Amino acid sequence: MATGVLGPERARIDKPTLRQDRWWIYPAVTFIVFTAFVVYSTWRAFSGANYYASPYLSPFYSPCLSTACVPGASDFGQPISFLPAWFSPALVILVFPLGFRLTCYYYRKAYYRAFWLSPAACAVPEPHKKYTGERRFPLILQNIHRWFFYAAFLIAIILSYDAVIAFRDENHEWGHMGLGTLILLVNVVLIWLYTLSCHSCRHITGGRLRNFSKHPLRYRFWTFVSKLNGHHARFAWASLISVALADFYIYLLATNTISDVRFF
Amino acid sequence: MGYDLSMRVWRGNEDGGALQDFTVSVEEGEVVLDALHRLQATQAGDLAIRWNCKAGKCGSCSAEINGRPRLMCMTRLSEYEPSETITVTPMRTFPIIKDLVTDVSYNYEKAKEIPAFAPTPPDPDGKHRMMQVDVERGQEFRKCIECFLCQDTCHVVRDHEDNKSAFAGPRFFLRYAELDMHPLDTHDRRQLAQAAAGLSMCNITKCCTEVCPEHIKITDNAIIPMKERVVDRKYDPLVWLGSKIFRRDQREEVES
Repeated sequence: MATGVLGPERARIDKPTLRQDRWWIYPAVTFIVFTAFVVYSTWRAFSGANYYASPYLSPFYSPCLSTACVPGASDFGQPISFLPAWFSPALVILVFPLGFRLTCYYYRKAYYRAFWLSPAACAVPEPHKKYTGERRFPLILQNIHRWFFYAAFLIAIILSYDAVIAFRDENHEWGHMGLGTLILLVNVVLIWLYTLSCHSCRHITGGRLRNFSKHPLRYRFWTFVSKLNGHHARFAWASLISVALADFYIYLLATNTISDVRFF
Repeated sequence: MGYDLSMRVWRGNEDGGALQDFTVSVEEGEVVLDALHRLQATQAGDLAIRWNCKAGKCGSCSAEINGRPRLMCMTRLSEYEPSETITVTPMRTFPIIKDLVTDVSYNYEKAKEIPAFAPTPPDPDGKHRMMQVDVERGQEFRKCIECFLCQDTCHVVRDHEDNKSAFAGPRFFLRYAELDMHPLDTHDRRQLAQAAAGLSMCNITKCCTEVCPEHIKITDNAIIPMKERVVDRKYDPLVWLGSKIFRRDQREEVES
C-alpha cells in the first residue's frame, strides 16, 4: 500500500513532488565534490609517498608519527613503531579529521541529502520505505561527534605549527616564505574556522548553560562561536577544498613536477 | 498592472480529488492568497481555504505552492513570471479534509505530550527573577506562529506515516529546547525529547529551517543544541562519570 505523500489519508496527488525549481543542483554538486574528495584523499592516504617537500608537510600526513615517515617529516617523533612499513602514516592520523567531518552536523545534512537521498531536497520524497533516523547502529555513532572535535582541535594546533615552520626555506633557515607557506597558512585558518564553528564547540563553550548571566566569559565565547557557527557550512566546504589543494601542491613539489615559488 | 494568472488548485476531499485549472485576474502587488480569494469569489464559491490574518502572523494559510511548503499570504505573485502557472495544493503530510484544508490535529496531540513549564519556587518576595541574557535564546523560539510548515516538510513524518506516533517534529523540538534552556524550568527535558519525542529520528537535513516563515533557525538553535544536551546525558562518558561520582541529579547535570 502506498505510504507517505501518496498515502490514503493525504490529498490524492499522483506526482511525488510538484517542485519545479532546480532542487537537484545542491545534492548533485555535493555528490560530485564529495566523491572527488573521497577518491583523491583515498589515493593520497594509501600512497604513503610524496607528502613531504622540505619545509612543507602535507596536512593529510600531519603529524607524521610512524616509523614509515620520511626523514624530516616527524617533528613530533615516531612513537608508532608497531605498524608494518607498507602501512601509510596518513592512515594513523586521518581517521580523526575524517571522523570529525563524517559526524559533523553540516556534513550529515549534506551526505544524507546527496548520497542517501533522505531526502534529496525538501518536499521531495525519499526512496526508502523505512526510516529510523539516528537511533540505531551505525548512525547512533553520530553522537560521538564531540570526541572527534577534541581530536580535531589538537590536529588544528599541529597544523598551525606546520604553518609556522613553513616560514623557513628548504634548509630550515627561518625568515623565508613561499607559495607553499601561504597555502598552508590559508588552509590552517580555514581549518580553525571550520573547527571552532562546530556545533559541539558551540555547545561546550556555553550552549549547555541555562544561565548565561552567571558565566559572562563563557557567554562571550558562546556568542563568538555562534557567529562563526552561522557560516559553518561555508567553512566546511572551503576547508575541504583547501586541505586537498594544500596536499596537492606539496605532492607536486615532492614529485619535482613544479618548484616552490619563493617570495623571500 | 493586472494580468490573467494561470493557476492549478487541488480540489477534493478524503475520497479523492484532482488539480483543476483556473484563470484568475490578478493585480500587481498581490499574493497567492489574494488570487485564491478572487477565485473563490468569482469561480469556485465552495473552495475551502483556511486563512485568517493575511499578514504572516496567524499561521493559518499554510499550503504548498509549486511543491514548496509556504504561507499563501506571504507568497507574492511577483516571485513568478506572469506567464507561469502557479500550482497550489494542501500540505501533503496531514490528512486531507477538503480542498486546501488539512487536519493538523497531529500537532496538537504532540503539543499535549510536552510537560508544561514548571518554574522553581519564587524568591522570598514572591517574584521570579530572570536576566534578559538568560531568556533571549528562547525568545527566538517564541516567534513560532504554529503554521506547521516545518512539520509538513519534515521527511520523517511526510514520507513515513508510521513514524507519527514516535516523532513529535521540529515545531515541538523548538518547544523542548525553549523550556530546557529556560533559566527557571525544573524539568529534565532531555530524556523526554530523546525517548518520547523521537529527537534521534531527526537527521538534521534542515528542511524545517528552510521553510520557516519566521526565519527561526530551528535546526541550529533548537534541534542540534537539544541533541548535544542528550549527548551530555547519554553518550559522553566524562559527563556520565561525573554524574556517578558526584551523584548529581538529572536537573543538575545541565550546568546552571
